Amino acid sequence: MLYQLEGSQAVARAVALCRPNVVCAYPITPQTHIVEGLGELVHSKQLENCAYMNVESEMGAISAVIGSEAAGVRSYTATSSQGLLYMIEAVYNASGLDLPIVMTLGNRAIGSPINIWNDHADAMAARDAGWLMVFAESNQEAVDLHIQAFKIAEAVKCPIMVCVDGFILTHAYEQVDIPSQEEVDKFLPPYKPEVYLNEKNPVSIGAMVSPTEFMEVRYLEHKKQIKALDIIANIGEEFAKQFGRNSGGLIRQYNVDDADVVIVAMGSVLGTIKDTIDELNAEGNEKFGVLSIVTYRPFPAEAIAKVLQNKKKVIVVEKAFALGRGGILFQEIELALKGTNVKVTSVIAGIGGRNITMSLLKESFKKDDDVTFLGLNHEIIREEEQRLAECNN
Amino acid sequence: MSSLTMGNRFGRNTTVQSSANRPNAITSGHRACQGCGEALAARCAVDAAFNATNGKIAVVNATGCLEVFSCASLESSWNIPWLHSLFGNAAAVASGVAAAFKLNPEKELRVIAQGGDGGTTDIGMGCLSGMFDRNDDVLYICYDNQAYMNTGVQRSSATPALARTATTLPNKVYNGNEPTVGKNVPDIAIAHGIPYVATASVGDIHDLEAKVAKAINIKGAKYIQIHCPCPLGWGHATSDTIKIAKLAIKCGLYPLFEAENGIINSTKIESFIPVEEYLKTQKRFAHLFGKNADPANIQILQKIANSNIERYQLGVIADE
Repeated sequence: MLYQLEGSQAVARAVALCRPNVVCAYPITPQTHIVEGLGELVHSKQLENCAYMNVESEMGAISAVIGSEAAGVRSYTATSSQGLLYMIEAVYNASGLDLPIVMTLGNRAIGSPINIWNDHADAMAARDAGWLMVFAESNQEAVDLHIQAFKIAEAVKCPIMVCVDGFILTHAYEQVDIPSQEEVDKFLPPYKPEVYLNEKNPVSIGAMVSPTEFMEVRYLEHKKQIKALDIIANIGEEFAKQFGRNSGGLIRQYNVDDADVVIVAMGSVLGTIKDTIDELNAEGNEKFGVLSIVTYRPFPAEAIAKVLQNKKKVIVVEKAFALGRGGILFQEIELALKGTNVKVTSVIAGIGGRNITMSLLKESFKKDDDVTFLGLNHEIIREEEQRLAECNN
Repeated sequence: MSSLTMGNRFGRNTTVQSSANRPNAITSGHRACQGCGEALAARCAVDAAFNATNGKIAVVNATGCLEVFSCASLESSWNIPWLHSLFGNAAAVASGVAAAFKLNPEKELRVIAQGGDGGTTDIGMGCLSGMFDRNDDVLYICYDNQAYMNTGVQRSSATPALARTATTLPNKVYNGNEPTVGKNVPDIAIAHGIPYVATASVGDIHDLEAKVAKAINIKGAKYIQIHCPCPLGWGHATSDTIKIAKLAIKCGLYPLFEAENGIINSTKIESFIPVEEYLKTQKRFAHLFGKNADPANIQILQKIANSNIERYQLGVIADE
């Protein structure tokens, strides 16, 4: 059924439809409305058989869901930015313990300087933590990806992070189709864990592993992630078949077949990029297409290469970068296209909530620069560098 | 089996440990040092909880000696459901486990979280306080050997005044751990208003088992801190673990009490011994003795003992 909803409320309702048994809440902007929404659903008994825990920190939040998942029940939490970094030790721990936790990451910049607005620095900080990671383009996709996320995580036996752009999606009101409980129940069966804390088979979970086996354990985790590519793709197809929306899977293409130049991006900026290339294509010089990365971990390098290997140029637009190195997604795309003649360039955009406008994008797509910091105010940079030089003299 | 154990079995007040069919929640063959107070305390505590619940317990363990020596390299000593996540989050993980078990009361297991003093009073304090605040149905047991033993005997907030650790090494101008630092976590636990807080010691197994057996069936958050001598970290003979724990009780430096709903009841001591008798058994206090040592330092520790005796009403100090 269609509702006019704030993104966070839509996510809260989607999560509730997945019947979690434990929800942990700790406030951090911009994910807070999601756990507030779930709290209301639990306390009004619209979501039953669910423990709602107000915890003392993000470390407490992730730790409590580690405990509840290890005890064999479906568990959910959400965080953003500094909160993700505060829990990062346990983020790695959760994946090492094979616990299918679902966590929303309301993407936000990381300080210092402190900044509450959207970019992808938080997600990138956790990209090697062994979690599956998917990025939502719209609020509808955020709803759909959360419903798929529980199924994916439980099938792969691995935690999953659903990345939803802070404010741009979490606080935006859009029309979204919220499926009925019957529909979600049909798609997502009750969780049946294989290994969990119980007295009949008293397992020890979380043993120390020595150098003689540690590498094998980590290698198998890596292999599990690679295998997850098929599982995520299949569950995406299954979802599309039942709900009529192609909102999961690994990657999505927009005008890619005819394109000379393909823009690659993740998350909510894809809408702006699609509008931009529509205008560019109408102008009629080069042909532009868009490749959306839906699943970032595991990285669908093969699927990406297959689509992009014969293109003239690929422009990677991303909302994060590694200081001292540059674009992160850019490097991964470049590596995926190793051995081809595709030129890959990098556009760093929207850092700390900076507006990404169509005119700026259009300008950067027409140029051939290796790296563009979109909308960077060169006047400020010049003045500051001059001031520092004077201070040092 | 020693004759003492045999004797215990025929006596009226038998311990769980002295019974022939003790649960063995943690089996032999683990990698603890000889004379480890923590291994002994954990066996007594978890077995007592096992007996008091007909085996319906699950344990969440913080990183530390106990975790490392009991569950390493694909071998586990635990005969109960056991979970290790991290160093500082055992209380929060246990809260999550308890929340999950509550959903299915028929299959509910009682939950223990346990760790050393570092994992509890330092790095675990935030999660522990959260667990107390929510009054989550968890018994948290702190095995207090008064320093970070697993990493090589560094100072924790439970390290006693003037003790030598690897990060408080005494020298000519420094007497070891500053007497003005440290925190009283049982008091902090009581201040959270939780239903049950206790201290215990491997020097009194009957008392330890009784407290665990009582606490495990109380609904809500519980905290028990158990004094566990560490031969390696404290510098004493491996055969003296229990003797030294008893001396700590008798001199007033480790007061045994329980607080049910905030009302403190302590174990009375008939006649106190001077703190020297306890201190001189351990190399971590060796710098307080000898010909160049300042006797004022011993007095600092005696004052701490006296203040415990008064505060927890442990008994009457005999006049000199």
